[in-house]
Amino acid sequence: MASPQKKTRNIFIFIIFLTLVCLFLNLPKSIPISLHLGKINIDQTLTRPDFAFKIGSFSFKKDLSLKYGLDLAGGASLTFDIDTTKAKKENIPSALESLKGNIERRVNLFGISEANVMISNQNGQNRLIVELPGIENVDEAIALIGKTAELNFKGETTIPPEATASATIYDQFSADTGINGSHLIKASVEINPNNSEPEVALEFNPEGTKLFATATKKFLNQRIAIFLDEFPVTYPTVQSEIPDGKAVINGNFDIKSAKTLAAQLNAGALPLPITLIQQSQVGATLGKDSINKGIKAGLVGLLLVSLFMIGNYGYLGFIADIGLIIYGLITLALYRLIPISLSFPGIVGFILSVGMAVDSNILIFSRMKEELRLGKPWNTAMELGFGRAWDSIKDANTCTIITGLILFNPLNWSFFNSSGMVRGFAVTLLLGIFIGIFTGVFVTRNLLRVLAKKN
Amino acid sequence: MKYRPLFYFISFLLIATSIFSIAKWGFKTSIDFAGGSILEASFPGQPDKAKLSDLFTQQNLPLNSISLANQKNYLFKFQNITPETKTKLNEALKKFDPKYEELRFESVGPILGKELLKKTIFAIILSSLFLLLFIGRRFKDLSFGASAIIAMFHDSFILIGSFSLLGHFFGAELDALFVTALLTTLSASVHDTVVTFDRIRELRRQNYKIDWVNLANQAVTETIVRSVNNSMTIIFMLLSLVVLGGDTTRWFAVALLIGVICGTYSSTAVAIPLVLFWKRKSQK
Repeated sequence: MASPQKKTRNIFIFIIFLTLVCLFLNLPKSIPISLHLGKINIDQTLTRPDFAFKIGSFSFKKDLSLKYGLDLAGGASLTFDIDTTKAKKENIPSALESLKGNIERRVNLFGISEANVMISNQNGQNRLIVELPGIENVDEAIALIGKTAELNFKGETTIPPEATASATIYDQFSADTGINGSHLIKASVEINPNNSEPEVALEFNPEGTKLFATATKKFLNQRIAIFLDEFPVTYPTVQSEIPDGKAVINGNFDIKSAKTLAAQLNAGALPLPITLIQQSQVGATLGKDSINKGIKAGLVGLLLVSLFMIGNYGYLGFIADIGLIIYGLITLALYRLIPISLSFPGIVGFILSVGMAVDSNILIFSRMKEELRLGKPWNTAMELGFGRAWDSIKDANTCTIITGLILFNPLNWSFFNSSGMVRGFAVTLLLGIFIGIFTGVFVTRNLLRVLAKKN
Repeated sequence: MKYRPLFYFISFLLIATSIFSIAKWGFKTSIDFAGGSILEASFPGQPDKAKLSDLFTQQNLPLNSISLANQKNYLFKFQNITPETKTKLNEALKKFDPKYEELRFESVGPILGKELLKKTIFAIILSSLFLLLFIGRRFKDLSFGASAIIAMFHDSFILIGSFSLLGHFFGAELDALFVTALLTTLSASVHDTVVTFDRIRELRRQNYKIDWVNLANQAVTETIVRSVNNSMTIIFMLLSLVVLGGDTTRWFAVALLIGVICGTYSSTAVAIPLVLFWKRKSQK
C-alpha cells in the first residue's frame, strides 16, 4: 500500500503529465524559433510530428487540427425535401441510397474536400442535407445538385505525341459519338457464363442502337469513355462491332463495383425529385471575423474571472486559476482528438462552461472559509470543504447535464431539435461540465494538497 | 428574510412588465420559426439604405427590411425566396455595385419553421418534466420541489418577457438559439436553487428546533456570497461576449445573461420565500 503522501505525489505527477500532453497537443503544428544571443544563433522550426502509430496491422493516424463548423470556416449548408410520394414503398430505401450516391458524386465535382451528404428522416419526411465547407459559388452548386445527370459516350482521339504530357482525359476522349443518357434503356449486372465474372450489360433504344453501331465501327479496338456529369466513369475498349444495341462491359469487376457502375449508368435522372427548403451560407471573411471576436471575448472574460478569483480568494483563487488553465488545455485537446467541429454557438458554450467550471471551486472555497472560521486547521478545513461541497456540486451539475442532453439529442430522435447550431452549443457545454468537475474538484484538490502543505 | 415584501414586489413588477409587453407587442420571430431569407452583404461604397430599397422595388424583389449588422454590413430580410429569385437578386446587386460581396445567406422554408416550433415546445416540456422528476427525487418534501419549479418558471417567463421588450425596442428576435438559452436558464435556475436548499436541509439536520424563518435566513447568508460570486464569473464571461463577440450570437449571450441573473435572484428571492410560505401554512 502506498502511503497517502506518496499517492498524492503520484497524482500530482499525473496531473502535470496530463497538462503537458494536452499542451503538446494544442501547440501549433510548427513553431519557428529564432534566437540571437551573442554568439548563439538558433534559427529553426519546431514541427510537431503527426499523431500516428502502428501496432501490427493496426495503424492509427489522427489529424489534430481544430475543425471549424460552417459558420466559422465559411461554407454552405443546404436542406432538400425528398419527394417519395411517387415511389413504390419497397423501392424507397434503395432509391434514397442511390440518390445519396448521385449527390455525393455531383458534390465531388466541386472538389470540396470535406463535403458531407446526409439523408435524414424527420417525422416521416425524408430530407437530404448537403454541407459544403469553403464553397464560393453556392447558387451554382444548388443548380448542379438538383439537375438531371448527363451521360455521354465519347470516343478516343489520337493525341499528337508532343502534347501527350499536357493532355487531359477530356482531350483524350473528345470525339463525340452523339450517344447520351436518353439513348440508354438500362444498365444491369450480369454474370459471364464462361468465366463467372460479373459484367455490366447495356441496352440501347433503336436510335441509340444505330449510333452505337456506328461508334463501335469507328472506334473498333479503341476505347470509348462514358462520362457522367463530365466525370469519366469507365473507358472500355471496343472489341467488336455491335449492331444490336446490346453491349457488355467486362473487366476487373467484382460484384460490388459492377453494381456501382450499373447504378451510375442508370442515374440519368435523380431517382427521387428534391426541392430546396433551407439554405444557409457564410462567407469565409465573416467566419474569420467571428473566430477572432470569439477568441477576444473568451480571453477577456477569462482574464476577468481569473482576477476576480484571485481578488476574492487570494492564494486559493490562484490555484483555481491554474485549474482553469488546465481545464482550457484539456478541453481544447479533446476538441482536437474527438474531433468536435467548433461553431460559434459552440464557442459560446465553451465560454459559458468556463464560467461554470469555477463554480465548483467557489462552492468549495466558501465551505473552506466557513470551516476555517470555526477554527479548524487549514488542511482539515480544506478536506472538509471538498467533502461537503461535493453533494451540491453533483446536484447542481445534474440539472445542466439533463438540459444539455435534451439539447444535444444524442439518439437523434426526430421529435427533438437536431439543428447544428443548438447541438454545437450543447456538445461543448456538456463536455465543459464534465471536464469542469474533473479540474474543479480532482485537480485543484490535489494541487492544493501538494502546493499548500507548507502554509 | 425581512426583505420578503420587496422581493415579492420586484418579482411582481417583472412579471407584470413581461405580461404587458407580450400582450402589447408580442414577439419578433426570426426566420428559424417564421421562414424567410436573410442576406448579409457588404458594399464598399456604403450606399444609402433608401437607394438599395428602391432597387428592390424596381426589380420587383420581395424585400421586408434592410438593417445594418456589425456596423458596416447590410442585412436584407425577405420572404422565403427561390434559387431563381436569388440569382436575379445577385445580378441586380452586382449591377448596382460591382464590388458588392455576399457574406451570408440563409433561407428557411415555412414547413421547417413550423417543425422547429413544435420541437422547441416539446423540448421545453420534456426538460421541465425531467427537472421536476429530479427535484422531486432530490427533495422528498413537496414544498421544496414546488418552490423550485415555480422559481424556474418565474425565471423563464421573465426571460421570455424581456425578449418581447428587447424585440420591440432593439429588434431582438426569437430564434433557435433563444430556445437554447431558455433551456439553459431552466437548468441554471434549478442549479442555484438546489445549492441553497441543500444548505437548508443540512442546517435542519444539525438543529431540529430552529424555526423555518431563522433557518432560511442563516442558509441565505451562508450561500448568498457563493451564489453571487458564481454568477459573477459567468456574467463576466457572457458580458465580454455581448460586448466583444459578433452580431450573430449577441442576443444569444444577452438571453443567457438575463437567465443567469434571474436564476441567482430567484433562488434567494423567490424559492425560499415560497418555502417559508408553505411551511407557515402547514404549521397553522
